[in-house]
Amino acid sequence: MKTMIIAFVAMFALAIGADLALEYAGYSTEERTSGDAVRLG
Amino acid sequence: MIRRILASAAVASTCVLLSVPNLADAQGMVAGERANTGGAQTLEDILARQRGEKIDDAFRKNALGDPDSAAALSNQLGTLGGTSDAEVFRALRYGEANVTVSAKGPATAVVIQDGGMRWLQLRSGALQEYGGNLLIIVLIALGMFYLLRGKIMVDGGLSGIKLIRFKAVERFGHWLLAGSFILLGLSGLITLFGRVAIIPVIGKDAFAPVALACKWIHNNLAWPFMIGLALVFVLWILENFPNRHDIKWILKGGGLFSPGVHPPARKFNAGQKIVFWAVIILGCSISASGLSLLFPFELPMFAKTFVILNDTGIPQLIGLGELPEELAPHEEMQYAHLWHAIVAFVFMAVILAHIYIGSVGMQGAFDAMSTGEVDRQWAKEHHGIWVEELDRKADAEAKSAPAE
Repeated sequence: MKTMIIAFVAMFALAIGADLALEYAGYSTEERTSGDAVRLG
Repeated sequence: MIRRILASAAVASTCVLLSVPNLADAQGMVAGERANTGGAQTLEDILARQRGEKIDDAFRKNALGDPDSAAALSNQLGTLGGTSDAEVFRALRYGEANVTVSAKGPATAVVIQDGGMRWLQLRSGALQEYGGNLLIIVLIALGMFYLLRGKIMVDGGLSGIKLIRFKAVERFGHWLLAGSFILLGLSGLITLFGRVAIIPVIGKDAFAPVALACKWIHNNLAWPFMIGLALVFVLWILENFPNRHDIKWILKGGGLFSPGVHPPARKFNAGQKIVFWAVIILGCSISASGLSLLFPFELPMFAKTFVILNDTGIPQLIGLGELPEELAPHEEMQYAHLWHAIVAFVFMAVILAHIYIGSVGMQGAFDAMSTGEVDRQWAKEHHGIWVEELDRKADAEAKSAPAE
C-alpha cells in the first residue's frame, strides 16, 4: 500500500510541477492569448 | 351586392398575382436553376443539404460583394459601400474577411468557424449517447457476471505461502498510471456530461469551480499518465508478447466462467496481455490527441494523418471520400477532441473490466498490486507456468550456492 500512496503523491507532484513549468515557459492561457497591449502581472 | 362582388374579385386577383411569381420561383428552384434565385441557394441545394449531401457552395463562398463597385459618396447610396451585411457575414464565415483583433494567437482572427456546429452536435449528441451507453452496458454486464459467477475464489484454498509478484517499481508505475487515469476519466466525464447531468442538479454557480478543477486536473494529470504509461511499457513489454499458452487460455475462457478450470499461464495470461496492449495502444493514441489539444497550434495532427490516410485509399474505399487535408486550428482541435473522447470511452470500458477482475471479481488479485505478494495457491491456479519457472529458478540458485 505504501508504494500506491507514494505513486499518488508523485502523481500530484508531477501535475503541479508540469503546471508551474508550462506557465514559466509561457504556455499559460493569458500569455498565449493576450495582445501586446495587455500588461500581465 | 355589387360592392361585395367587386371586393371578392379584387381579393382573388391579388391572390393570383401573388401566387404566379411564387409558383414560377418554386419551379425554378426545383429545376435547380440558380439564376431564378438571384444567385442564392435553390430548393435543390436545401434538399441536398437536408439529405446530408455535400453541395458546391461556391455561389455563396464567392458572393462577397465588391467594395470597389460602391456608389460614389456623392451618390444617394454612397455611404452603404459595395458590400451588404450578408456579404460581410459570408466573408467572415469563409475566412475571407479582413479581420483585425487585439488578441494575439494563430486563430484569433477567425470569427465564424464553419465546422463548429457539426462538432458541437456530435459532442452533445452521438458522442454522449453512444459513449455513455457503452459505459452503462459494461457496468451492467459486470454486475450480471458478478451475480451469475460470483467472486472467483481460490479453488484449492489459500496456502499462506507468499510469492513476490510485482516489485515496488512495477507497482509504482501501475498506480501512477491507474491513479491519473481514474482522475482523468472522471474529470473528462464531468466536463462532457456536466451540462446535462450535473448543472440541472447543483446549478451553474456550484458547477463552475468543479469545471475549473476538472480542467486543471485534465490538463496537468496528463503528464503523470504519460510517464506511467511509458514506465509500464518498458517494465512489462517483454512478458506481454503472445505465446502458444495464450490460445489455450482464450479457448478455455481463462477459466473465468467455470470453477475448477485453470488454463496454464506465465507471468501474464492472455487476458492481461489484451489489457496491456489495449492500454498501450489506446494510451498512446489518447496521449497524442491530448498533446494536440494541449498545444493546438504547435502540434496539429489530423491534417497530416488525413494526408496519409488518403494516400492509402481506405477512406475512399469505405465511402468517406477524400478527407480534408487542410484544416484550420479550430478544426484540428475539434477532430482531436472527438477522437480523444471516442478513444477515452473505449479505454474506460476496458479498464472497468480490469478494475472489476482485479478487485471484487477475484479473491487474492488485489494483493498483487497492493503488497506486491500473492498466495502461492492463487498463483498456481492463475499463473501455473510462472510458478514452475520460479521454482526452477529457486532450485538452480540453491544448487549453485556454495554448501556451508
